[in-house]
Order: sequence, then structure tokens, then C-alpha cells
Amino acid sequence: MQQKNYSQKKINRMKKELKVIGKPIPKQDANIRVTGKAIYGHDIVLPGMLYGAILRTEHPSAIIESIDVSEAKKFPGVICVITADDVDVNNIGYKRDHPILKKGEANCTRDEIAAVAAETKEIALQALKLIKVKYKIRKGVYDAFDALKESAPQINKFISGKFENKNIAEKFHYEHGNLEEEKKKSQHIVTRRFTLPRMTHACMATSNITASYNNVDRKLLLYSSTQVPFLYQRDMAHALKMNPSDIRVIQPVIGGGFGSKLDMHPFEPICALLSIKTGKPVQIIYSREEEFIASPIRQPMVIDLTAGVDKHGNFTFREINIVKDNGAYTSWGATTPFVIMQAFSSLYKLKACRFNAMAVYTNNVFAGSFRGYGNPQATFALERVIDLLADELGMDKAEIRLLNANEKGEVTGQGLLYDTCGHKECLETVISKSHYGKKSLANKDSRHKRGIGLASMLHVGGGAKIYRSDGCGTTLKIDPYGYCTIITGSNEIGQGSETVLAMIASEELGIDLKKIKVINTDTDVKPWDVGVHASRTSFVAGNSLLGAIKILKEKLNRKTAELLKTSHPDFEYSENKIISLKSNESIALDKVVREMHFSQPNELAIASYFYEPSSKFQDKDFKGNVSGTYAFASQAITVEVDTYTGNVKVLDVYVAQDVGKVLNPLLLGGQIEGGILQGVGYALTEELLMHEGRILNPNFHNYKMLTASDTPEIHFYPIETNDKEGPYGAKGVGEAPLIPTAAAIANAVCNALDLEFLELPITPEKVLFAIAEKKRTDKMHSL
Amino acid sequence: MKEQLKNNKTKMEVLHEISFTLNEKKVSCKIKASTVLLDLIRDFFELKGTKPGCNEGECGACTVLVNGAPVNSCLFLAVNANGKNITTIEGLTNSDGSLHPVQESLVQHGAVQCGFCTSGMAMSIKALMNQYENSQHVPGEIRSEFPTRDEIKKYLEGNLCRCTGYVKIVDAAEKLFAKED
Repeated sequence: MQQKNYSQKKINRMKKELKVIGKPIPKQDANIRVTGKAIYGHDIVLPGMLYGAILRTEHPSAIIESIDVSEAKKFPGVICVITADDVDVNNIGYKRDHPILKKGEANCTRDEIAAVAAETKEIALQALKLIKVKYKIRKGVYDAFDALKESAPQINKFISGKFENKNIAEKFHYEHGNLEEEKKKSQHIVTRRFTLPRMTHACMATSNITASYNNVDRKLLLYSSTQVPFLYQRDMAHALKMNPSDIRVIQPVIGGGFGSKLDMHPFEPICALLSIKTGKPVQIIYSREEEFIASPIRQPMVIDLTAGVDKHGNFTFREINIVKDNGAYTSWGATTPFVIMQAFSSLYKLKACRFNAMAVYTNNVFAGSFRGYGNPQATFALERVIDLLADELGMDKAEIRLLNANEKGEVTGQGLLYDTCGHKECLETVISKSHYGKKSLANKDSRHKRGIGLASMLHVGGGAKIYRSDGCGTTLKIDPYGYCTIITGSNEIGQGSETVLAMIASEELGIDLKKIKVINTDTDVKPWDVGVHASRTSFVAGNSLLGAIKILKEKLNRKTAELLKTSHPDFEYSENKIISLKSNESIALDKVVREMHFSQPNELAIASYFYEPSSKFQDKDFKGNVSGTYAFASQAITVEVDTYTGNVKVLDVYVAQDVGKVLNPLLLGGQIEGGILQGVGYALTEELLMHEGRILNPNFHNYKMLTASDTPEIHFYPIETNDKEGPYGAKGVGEAPLIPTAAAIANAVCNALDLEFLELPITPEKVLFAIAEKKRTDKMHSL
Repeated sequence: MKEQLKNNKTKMEVLHEISFTLNEKKVSCKIKASTVLLDLIRDFFELKGTKPGCNEGECGACTVLVNGAPVNSCLFLAVNANGKNITTIEGLTNSDGSLHPVQESLVQHGAVQCGFCTSGMAMSIKALMNQYENSQHVPGEIRSEFPTRDEIKKYLEGNLCRCTGYVKIVDAAEKLFAKED
């Protein structure tokens, strides 16, 4: 009996052995990209296509007294010129506070005044110069705190006074626990103000759209690089006063997303309007300068954080007040406090939290969403303060983190349920691998100072229920030749979702990867999905596909049982065959499909499934289990600071991340490394500089994106916690790698120099200034 | 571009006739003096694999080889291509559609994410290979037979990538030289 049990277990284990999942399989769509055959938005040419260009305001804050387009209209090759007066449209943005074309006043350097469609791009750009606009320049408001003053003018006129101040666009309040009580219990309390910069996505492909309106059947076809095609379709329909189903969104290959394509931006409905007016296809492609000026950014914000710790080192409370510079219009970026408050309320065990955040209108450029969705900002402030609390206590910085680390089974004050939690293991891993506290970080000489910093992060790992559904649909088909087509609601924006889905189908159906096709670019074809955000695609689309596979297998099993004349329902799918586990007889998968199609009762080898994660809506107090699961990560980073030049060199990044389960180590590594380098940029070099509403560095020369030479040594340790909700146990991974990077680097630089930095990026100027300042105060103390 | 050329003719603008080798084929065309190589390749010859990333010589997405050396085609006046040998990403791919070792290595190492920088990156790596292959024939030159990892990184500084963090791109390049050796 025991013997039998043992062998049964062995069989079960063998059955569970994964053949495809967990293998370093290259991206299935890499070949077309590496040969230049992939068609991006920039490569689309349609018959009779016109080229669109947009005239933006000359002044960030001005009254528009008149717009004269008569000369532009007369210019040879110009087909159409539009201003706000020529179109009947609705405002866009989630607050509907953003006119597509501006009328009467300009409030931001991006403001679209007029648009031209012409036979060539050169003619369109020439024509813009012939448009005469009379401005009456106003004094703008370029600081969120100034905008909150009584004397400040109302910047956005489209939002009704929902809040106590006319320039507040959005507010969030959250709290748990007894804050006053916990304050009393605290041995040490630290208060700091942190200032976070504007960072831009700088996708390698600039923003682009090709719109083709068919004025015979009155349907609009859009080739768009949106990362949320179904929300986009609905937003576009609202903007243009059309029926959403008359708008078909096709996504060409997308040259980078990172959150920039979550909002619909004015240039997109403008392009559609030019196509509607002319009856011809129209294409708008941003120049790199336009991309820097007119594409979204990571929210700049000021975070006031007060946090306490008891005498044993347990975190007691956190009190947070955040003022975000919303810019002139509201985008999804205004909702980042959803995520920011999770970091503050639920990263490390915490007894009490009070959180207030507001987004304030200014005449600056408006922010959008960016990988991490507010979390890198929050984590920077929080992890910096944890170091300071440890210093106050005289406690080791690793020890205080381990003591307070989140645990499996924990329900946080905000109601997040950690069914699986690798936080402690992540911390222990990076502490041991980096030889934290053991390896003496010997300085090379008195000029070069070395330091090490720690930081962790918490992020949603199983989608985020912020829309009515966080679901994804799949239709799965096997054809009579044994090829499989996955029609998924999810999108590929370079992250590798197509490959992961193909791997899942290959694993479960025993079909060669080469015989699996993924269809995911057409709203007329694919089932509904929210879109690429919240690190959700592998989790949600993977589960959706697994659901469809289960249904399809039931159909295939029935036919196979009939063909093999067996009543035993246990089959294995392997090497394009279906094998009876009882008799070991097998039949080719394509033959089963043909028999399904061509013999009674004649059915298709097709199945559809809609997956909705188990997560819940948060209540009005922002409490509830908002994600299917949660991802954790820790990073230990070593730096070397050149005290003569102020340059910070990142040496080693030790990163441990709770990924649930590694689905593909090659793709996972790519997400980790890419995320970390974006985090290094956020920490040290990247800032979109603004002066009175204008962007000062709209090019790669002056906006310092990192190069191959700036890449540190990255040591990655995946932590597998096998979450029961995830496909094969996997959690979302995309955003997590960059979230703690800037925080860990800041802690390392502070450690190296025995100094404090409260602002990002930590540029050489700031380093030199801080060193000089310290020398000055040290001297004063010694006097 | 073809339309533009027509327009230009009617305006009697001076056009320059140039002949050069494009991906091992002899070609000729008439162009304005101000036309850059990037536009000529993409719009006139309709080879869309070369990508316009910034049009100001900062990002390297448009890198092509001119007589085997890498140039930002967005800054290279097309008239200067006259008599030269130009290779684009389409020319790197073997004529039967199979991948060049540079492309194969990038794919196998997971160095391709969104792919917009990839054409330029592949051409730069090919250029580095050319440099080392050629250098072997220079007698007396003190140089190792393949570049170090840091030298590869330095060489690829002119090619920006936002997705990968460069690690896998440098891995892919490094492996190529190791294999060659």
C-alpha cells in the first residue's frame, strides 16, 4: 500500500514537471524586431495619407485673443486647418477637464491651438508658421504651493468646485490605527520633507498615431500605440461624440510604453478630427523635442513624512502629507495616491497611518502615469526615513527592516491580504549576498567614498481593481492542422506577454511554440481587457488563458475518448499528441480537431473564457484587498562617490524579488535589469527641468538618459513564493524592479558621505554643494 | 518622399544624382542637397527597418553602416553616400531571411524588448566586429583580438535603449566575440 502511494506521488510529480514554463525561451516576436520587419506606427504608410502637425502655444499662460489661419489655409499642399472653433467635441481626461484644442486661453506650454493636415510633413510644419495667434501674456502659477494661495487665479475652469480650494484637482485621505496613541508610544520621531522631480518616459519611439476615417460607412480606424485599447476606444468615442463600436483600434508594434500610453492625449483625437474633416488617412508623429515637451511625465511632488519607532525598533506610525503638481489638466497621474498610500500604509508592519494627498493645478506640464505609479516617490521618502529612524535608535539598518518586514498571512491596516509574502526572504537574501555590514566598504582613497543602501518595496502583483472589472478575456482556437491561435484581450508593448502566453499554451496543450499564434492588436477581434498597467498582464491574461485551455481540453478530451474508445478521462497533451494515461495509446491533436470539425456533432475546437481576479474594490476609505496578490522586493546597492566631481557611480545592485514563480528567466531578467536602470536614472541623472512653465532640456543631450557604460553589476535573486492565485504561482513583475532603486541609491550615497539628501536626482552639483555645506557646518561646530 | 521629389521638380530645385551600393545592390536616385540618409532609406527606398529615434544624432536608433563604419543616418547628408557602400538592418539579415550572428545573438540573449533601438544596436555591434576583424590585418598594432566588456559598453554608448538596461545587449555582443575567438 505504502509502495503504491509512493509511486502514485511520483507519477503526480512527474505529471507536474513543467516542460516549457520556467525555461529561458527568447521572445517569440524578437526575430521580426531584430530584422527591422516589425511595423511600428512610424512605418505605416496608407494610400493618400496626409501628414498632421500641431501648433502649440508660445506662452505657458496667456489669453488667446485671436487665431488667424487664413494664410496657412492658402499655402500650397495644405488640405485642412482646424482650431477649437471648427470642431464639436468633448473634453478629455478622467476629470474631463482637458479641451482637445484650446480656446480663449492657454494654460500650459503643451497647449494645442491649431492643427494642420498637408500633403507632406514639411508643408504641414511650414503651414504652422503661417498661423497668427495674438496672445495677451499672463503671469502664470508655476508652484503648487503658490496655486493653493487665496490670491492665485483659478487655473482650470472646467472642474466644478468640489474641494475647498479652486486649484485642487483631486484629494485623497486615508487612515488606520490610533495615530495619537502611537505617537505617544514612539521613542523617536523623524520628520522630513522630500522633493521629487519630473522624469519622462523617453520611449525610443516617439508618440504617433495614424487615423483613417471612412466617410462612406462613417467608421474610424486608428493605428495607435495605446496600452489600454478598450478604454481608449471609449475615451475617443466620448471625445469625438461617436459610438465606440464605430472606432476600431489597431495597435502596430509599440516602441516603449512604461505607462506613457495609459491616457489618451490631445494629439490623438486631433489626428482623428483631421481625418474626419479631410476623409483621408492622417498621420501625426512627434519629433523628439515635441516628445519631451508634450508627452507625459512622472508626477513631481513634495512629500512631508513624519514617522515613529518604539524603543524596540517597531514602527509605530506614519503621517504623510503630499502636494502633487498636477499641471494644467488632470490625467490618470492624479490617481497615483491609490498606490502611494499602499506603500505608506502597508510596506513593513505598521500600527497607525494617516495619509493626505492632493493634486494641485499649476501652469506646468501635466503628469501622466509612469512605471511604478507613484510608488518610487513614496518608497524613496519612506526608506530614507527608515534609515534615519535606525540612526536615532542606534540600530542596524538591516536589523530594523528585518524586524518590521511583512509576513505571510498578514492583513495590513489597509486590508491588503498577504496570502504569500517574500518580503523577509528578499531582505535576508540581499543582506547576505551583498555582505551587508560584513564587507568593509573600503574607500579606494580619500577622494572616492563608498557606501551601501537598502530599500524594499510593495506593489500590486495580481492586477489592481480600480476599474469596474480588472478582467481579461481569451478566445482559444486549434485549427485542423494542429496550430493554436490565442486571441487575447491583453497587449504586447515589448514586455514579452505574447511569449509568456504562447509558453502557457505550449505547456498545457503540448503544442510546439512555433505552432502557436497570438492575436492581440485589434479591438474588433479581441475580447475585452483593461489594458497594460499595474504589472497585471502575465497574471490576469495568463489566468484567462488557463481558463480557456481548461474548457477547450474538456471538448478535446471528449472527442479523444470517443476516438480511442476509452471511458478513462485522464489524458496527457504532449508533442502535438493526446495520450491516454491508462492505455498509453495516442492520437495526433490535429486529427482530433479534424474529427471534431468534420464528424458528428460537428463542433469547433474553440473556447472562450473571461477571468476576473479575486481582488475587491476598496471602500470609500480606500480599504480592501485591491489586488489578487502582492509583489515584494528588496535591493542592496553599493555606490562610489567621487568627492572631487560629485559623480556617483553605482557599483553593484543586489536585487531579490518575490515573483511568485519564474515563468521565463530570460524575460524576467530583462524586466529586472531595464527597471533598475530606469531607477538609477531617477536617482541620479534624469530630470525634466522647467522654468516658468517651459521645459529647458527637451533633448537627449540635456536630459541625461543612461547609456550602456552606466549599467551597474546587477545580481538578481528571484524568490518563488508560489501564489495560489497566480498562473503557476506567478506574480506581476514589471514595475517592481525600479521602485526601490532610487531609495537604495539615496541611502547608499548618504551612507558614503554621512550626509542627507532629500531630493532626487542626486546630481553632482547637489553632492558637491552638500559636501561643502557639511565642511562649513563642521568647521563652525569645531570653533 | 516620391511626392516631394515631384513637387521639387516643378519648382525647378536643383537635384543631385547619386549612385551607391545599398545592401549589396547598385542604386541611383536624384535628391535634394538637404536630404538626409535616414529619409532616403526609409521614404525613397522604403526600407523601414532603420528607425528614426530623435533626428538629432543623440539616440543611435538610425545607425547604418557607411563603408562598414557606423553613422547616425539622421545627420548624414545623403549626397555624401555617393559612391559608398551602405548597409542597413535589411542588409544584415541573410538573403534567405535567416538571421546574421549579431541578430541571432541578440535574440538568444533576450536583448530585444520593444525593439525600436534594436536595428541601430545591431548595426553598431556589427561595426565593432568589422573593426576587430579588420584590425587583425594591421601589422604591429597593439590590440587584443576581441574587445573587453567595458570596451563594448563604451562602443555602444551612442545607442540608447529604454527597455533593457543594456545588460543583455552587452551579453549578446560579448558572446559574439567569444565565439569568434
